[in-house]
Amino acid sequence: MSTTTTQLREAAIAAPVPPAARRPRRRDPGSAGWVAYLLLALTAFVFLVPFYYMVVAASRPMAEMNVSPPPLLPGGDLWSNIQKAMEQQDLVKAIVNSTIVSGAVTVSTALFCTLAGFAFAKLRFSGKNVLFGIAIGTMMIPPTLGVVPLYKLMSDLELTGRLASVILPFLVSAFGVFFMRQYLVQSLPDELIEAARIDGASSLRTFWSIVLPIARPGMAVLGMLTFMTMWNEFFWPVIALNSSNPTVQVALANLGSGYVPDQSIILAGTLVGTVPVLVVFALLGRQIVNGILAGAVKG
Amino acid sequence: MTVDTMPGTPSPADAVPPAPGARPAPRRRRRRLLGESGLAPYAYVGPFFLIFLAFGLFPLVYTAWVSLHEYRLGGEMTWTGLDNYTWLFTSEQFYNALWKTITIGALSTIPQLALALGLAHLLNYRMRARNFFRISMIMPYATSVAASTLVFAQIFGRDNGFANWLLSLVGIDGPDWRNGNWTAQIAISVIVIWRWTGYNALIYLAGMQSISQDLYEAAAIDGASKWQQFVHVTLPGLRPTILFTVVVSTIGATQLFGEPLLFGGGTPNGGALGQYQTLGLYMYQQGWQFGALGRAATVAWVTFVLIVLLVVLNTALTRWRTGERSTRRAAR
Repeated sequence: MSTTTTQLREAAIAAPVPPAARRPRRRDPGSAGWVAYLLLALTAFVFLVPFYYMVVAASRPMAEMNVSPPPLLPGGDLWSNIQKAMEQQDLVKAIVNSTIVSGAVTVSTALFCTLAGFAFAKLRFSGKNVLFGIAIGTMMIPPTLGVVPLYKLMSDLELTGRLASVILPFLVSAFGVFFMRQYLVQSLPDELIEAARIDGASSLRTFWSIVLPIARPGMAVLGMLTFMTMWNEFFWPVIALNSSNPTVQVALANLGSGYVPDQSIILAGTLVGTVPVLVVFALLGRQIVNGILAGAVKG
Repeated sequence: MTVDTMPGTPSPADAVPPAPGARPAPRRRRRRLLGESGLAPYAYVGPFFLIFLAFGLFPLVYTAWVSLHEYRLGGEMTWTGLDNYTWLFTSEQFYNALWKTITIGALSTIPQLALALGLAHLLNYRMRARNFFRISMIMPYATSVAASTLVFAQIFGRDNGFANWLLSLVGIDGPDWRNGNWTAQIAISVIVIWRWTGYNALIYLAGMQSISQDLYEAAAIDGASKWQQFVHVTLPGLRPTILFTVVVSTIGATQLFGEPLLFGGGTPNGGALGQYQTLGLYMYQQGWQFGALGRAATVAWVTFVLIVLLVVLNTALTRWRTGERSTRRAAR
């Protein structure tokens, strides 16, 4: 069987990428004029200015922020403000926790949603359309609405306060199935699966040697979007976790709920909690943009 | 959204006559090959549906059951029939939260989608620094609700906030954002608009790029100006995408929770007069501040029914408005 596997691998590598179904010719919208540049620059400025304000406020003592006009340049107190924020909330633990939670959810979403997405894209079975309809229909339903039974369930399992209570409800997402199905319909040729089947590969082997290698770019995009979304998940972690074992968002919520609102310390903590996302963006921003563009529902 | 059946990509193999000696592969055979025998496909979709049922669908449906009980935090459920609903529909606080959810929803969704449409149009041009613009547009989307709200809570400070300082530059005496009824709602809407406009612009951009060139050429031959092309080709082409974003944003608006919670310093009463208490905040207050989980479930279930009604309404409106009508509205 080992020879078959290598043949399969080679077939998968050599396979031509099929043309996407009925892709329309793109219109050339023309180059941007100076008005367009001006408007875009203005918008970008509005979108980015709060980040800058966060840095300025986090790097000065509160007294300096409370003057008019407010200072427009960062000061030198960033480190001491961060240390004060750390005394209030264990941000290091929060970042570790958020990494664990987001990582676990990302891996399981990528795996289970690719399995299901492959079946919906390429296999025939009875009840397929009904099941897919259920998945898509529920994609729209916000998970927060089931929060009371979910809380009861986690209390009964004695998981509240633990990371597992936050990981379990997010192990799969309907969006992930939809996304992977779209991706595989477009980029996995039927002939490859047939060839594998004719060569006597089992279903699982076909998946492992042919589907997974082709699905990988799509899985990567789904993984990035999932990680980011999970890192920012707010409602359920705030309910399920307490301040002794927080994710970043829970820690920020607690920081912002203090009785003495010292804005410099709050924003220093916010900066620490946001930096990982900014770093990811600096590295993968283009892929995330393309992921959103690809995942957008085209009517 | 339409769930289309699997589009059969025409394979080159169908067009070419089989080479001599090649195994003939009639269509029927392919059907059977792709249609796996037995249970394999169910094993593929099984894990997803099991987890989904346990943590997604079951809690949602069970919410309706919990809403018929008195259920205290840490206690047992006792059957009370429709008592929770009687309580809810006679509660002034509920109607306030419902109304606030609708007004903040409108204040944040309508400008957000209008701005996103214009922004998508700009982003569609060929330009330098394209990636910089696109990435800066979704930086806010990548920022968490907590982080963005905490920053804006400072920006909208009464005495020394950045927003009021900007207003003072043009000679306007800035309001007490947090304690005013409409100003608090506007401030919260600004946070939502800031976070989601760029994301929706990218969704519209993807929609614009999938509109066929032929339509524009035909319109140009008929003598349509750039603006008429936008109104009569781009907008109708974007209708499914617009419907999608309207539905998603509407649902998002009913779920507003983190912004009003942290804007009010972490307390769920939504301001001294509940001027920005949304349904999400109200549910949280009942369940986790007052410990009345049965009532929280009732709020959740009523919210769910509201969402279903809104989605049906949205879809009906979009179907009912012919292209002409919708373009006239958009052009306004």
